[in-house]
Amino acid sequence: MAVLRDELIGLRSMDDMIKARQLVRDCAIFQGLSLVDQTKIVTAASELARNTLIHGGGGEMRLQALNDGSRRGVKVIFADKGPGIPNIELAMQDGYTTRGGLGLGLSGSKRLVNEFSIESQSGKGTTVSIVRWK
Amino acid sequence: MERIPILKMGPYLLVTIQVDMHDRVAMTLQDELTQRIVSERARGVLLDISSVDVVDSFIGRMIGNIASMSRVLDAETVVVGMRPAVAITLVELGLALPSIRTALNVDAGMTLLKSARKMAGNGRPAR
Repeated sequence: MAVLRDELIGLRSMDDMIKARQLVRDCAIFQGLSLVDQTKIVTAASELARNTLIHGGGGEMRLQALNDGSRRGVKVIFADKGPGIPNIELAMQDGYTTRGGLGLGLSGSKRLVNEFSIESQSGKGTTVSIVRWK
Repeated sequence: MERIPILKMGPYLLVTIQVDMHDRVAMTLQDELTQRIVSERARGVLLDISSVDVVDSFIGRMIGNIASMSRVLDAETVVVGMRPAVAITLVELGLALPSIRTALNVDAGMTLLKSARKMAGNGRPAR
């Protein structure tokens, strides 16, 4: 699989989060995603970037434009070195929240993308990876 | 920090969101809008999101909060101009905003507010 674009940005502030949304949008347009698919991956990225900021204490976002021959897509990876998620199964449930939000960040963003994976280690941090194919 | 202007149109307030919103800007808008509803004795709020290309759960929650807060203050909120891609995404995200009134554009939203007022208006004390 070819990686056409590969960018890494820090997620330390709300400004970074807004910049991250714009970068994901640019990459989705570059890859030819439909307007609805662009909106879905940008929204998912917004949820996950906020998680990285609020729960992970900041981190980074890696953005890749993928081409596996027959299809093109956008992959976004969010990584933080925060406290980690003790119970991922619980955290993935709709409505589960630790900070008084709606509890839709993880579960909702999973529904908006084609591929979703999450790894978390207590005390070491969390990495979430999403892909939306054209 | 940028602020979102709140315009008075007769008994209604018009809020047009045109910036890619910081969470803090959204919180400030809630505060200012509730104050303006009271100080202007507004009967309704039109929240125009036609320029907004991403509504995530935080912004969605803010829209819901604005509608609930204004209802408690005796003003109806109508969300107008939601983009189709945003509507599809919001519902898949799990935020269907069932208690929120919507209209396709500002004109239709204004008509909705006027008719809601007429129906509820009999016997209601004037402000």
